[in-house]
Amino acid sequence: MSSPFSINGGAAVAMVGKDCVAIACDLRLGLQSLTVSNNFPKIFQYGDVFLGLTGLATDVSTVSDLFRYKVNMYRLREERDIAPSTFAHLVSSSLYEKRFGPYFVSPVVAGLDAKTGKPFICGFDSIGCIDFAKDFIVSGTATEQLFGMCESLWEPDMTPDQLFETISQALLNAVDRDALSGWGAHVYIIEKDKVTKRLLKGRQD
Amino acid sequence: MAMFSQNPIMNGPNYSFSDTPKVNAPEGARQHRFDPYTDNGGSTLAIAGKDFTIMAGDTRLTSGYSINSRYHPKVFKIGGTTADQKDASIVLSVVGFAADGEALKERLDAICKMYRYRHGKAMSVKACAQRLSTILYQKRFFPYYTYAILGGLDEEGNGAVYSYDPVGSYEREQCRAGGAAASLIMPFLDNQVNFKNQYVPGSGEGHALQERPRNPLSRTEVEILVKDAFDGAVERHIEVGDGLQMMVITKDGIEEILLPLKRD
Repeated sequence: MSSPFSINGGAAVAMVGKDCVAIACDLRLGLQSLTVSNNFPKIFQYGDVFLGLTGLATDVSTVSDLFRYKVNMYRLREERDIAPSTFAHLVSSSLYEKRFGPYFVSPVVAGLDAKTGKPFICGFDSIGCIDFAKDFIVSGTATEQLFGMCESLWEPDMTPDQLFETISQALLNAVDRDALSGWGAHVYIIEKDKVTKRLLKGRQD
Repeated sequence: MAMFSQNPIMNGPNYSFSDTPKVNAPEGARQHRFDPYTDNGGSTLAIAGKDFTIMAGDTRLTSGYSINSRYHPKVFKIGGTTADQKDASIVLSVVGFAADGEALKERLDAICKMYRYRHGKAMSVKACAQRLSTILYQKRFFPYYTYAILGGLDEEGNGAVYSYDPVGSYEREQCRAGGAAASLIMPFLDNQVNFKNQYVPGSGEGHALQERPRNPLSRTEVEILVKDAFDGAVERHIEVGDGLQMMVITKDGIEEILLPLKRD
């Protein structure tokens, strides 16, 4: 239980719908079994790309700040927002740079391609191997539970409302069976020109 | 390598079967060790309905990355008068170490048969459940490496499910998943059987929120849930697959259903 990936706990999930994507995370921050904070969001927004980070909390903060810096530099150089797939490769190469002393994080990327409007989600291991998925990506200490929930609840071509219900139920029920995750959730529903952020209360134990 | 994966269990084997590294012994020295347990994978599931209980399990038997059998049942009828268990009314499912599961099944079955001989009536699930706990605890310091679930109908005719840990701690529940894919299936059951995290729309905020009322599920609904749960588990767990064995326990007897699962 002293794995850097499971000291602080936490869970994140991303899903594809019809012309929309969703990304959600829990809010717990703990030190092994002791909960330290119930307001530690793990989703970060860079323009219209969203990044979920689970794993070692210090690395979650460091890596989220690092990508804010890198995306800002990209925007200044290119004079446009970064595309989700470009950002995914930026994440990948940045993590692989630390191949032999990695950040202990499991990132999840979600967004809509600004030009085509096509949904994009992907996940990574801690050294940057990209997992392109057509349906959903899970990460964190509740991965097994999330896989079970997503595999049985997810279906193709969901509307934004259906997608919200699905991702929320998947996350909430998954974290309720994981002692290291929970204490509320953030859910983002990303559509063509609208992003809806909802805060879910969930079980407080 | 486990270190770079998102799998949370990093200081132990990354799969439920053992891939623990070999201890470095000095040149020429030989270590002798008795390794009495194997994890044979697989998963089980039980749901109690109003007047029925469904017990289910996949039929794959694994050892490490190998599939040793595509049809090795984990769900057994217990306590009939004959070997074919035609008049049995209790079902036991065992997952974990297959040999221990087999031994446990044989023992519980023999005890149920002795009970019938001595008392001239079949054992109730309640009594059988307590006896199973005792059997498991008797081997507290060399346990049966099994996760058992016992199912049947209680004295009122309601569905009853009892779940156990390997040393006999037990509890009566509405539903339970056991084995390799328990962590994948259990939250799904919380959500779809006990309606956890579901609320009546517009019923208020915070503590005023009303939980979705729990109506008893019909037999067809439960059968669909079981199939969906296993289809999900098969997709993401390598130790689960091949076949789905279901036993439906009603007052009219036990019906056995065998459905195919993905074999990859």
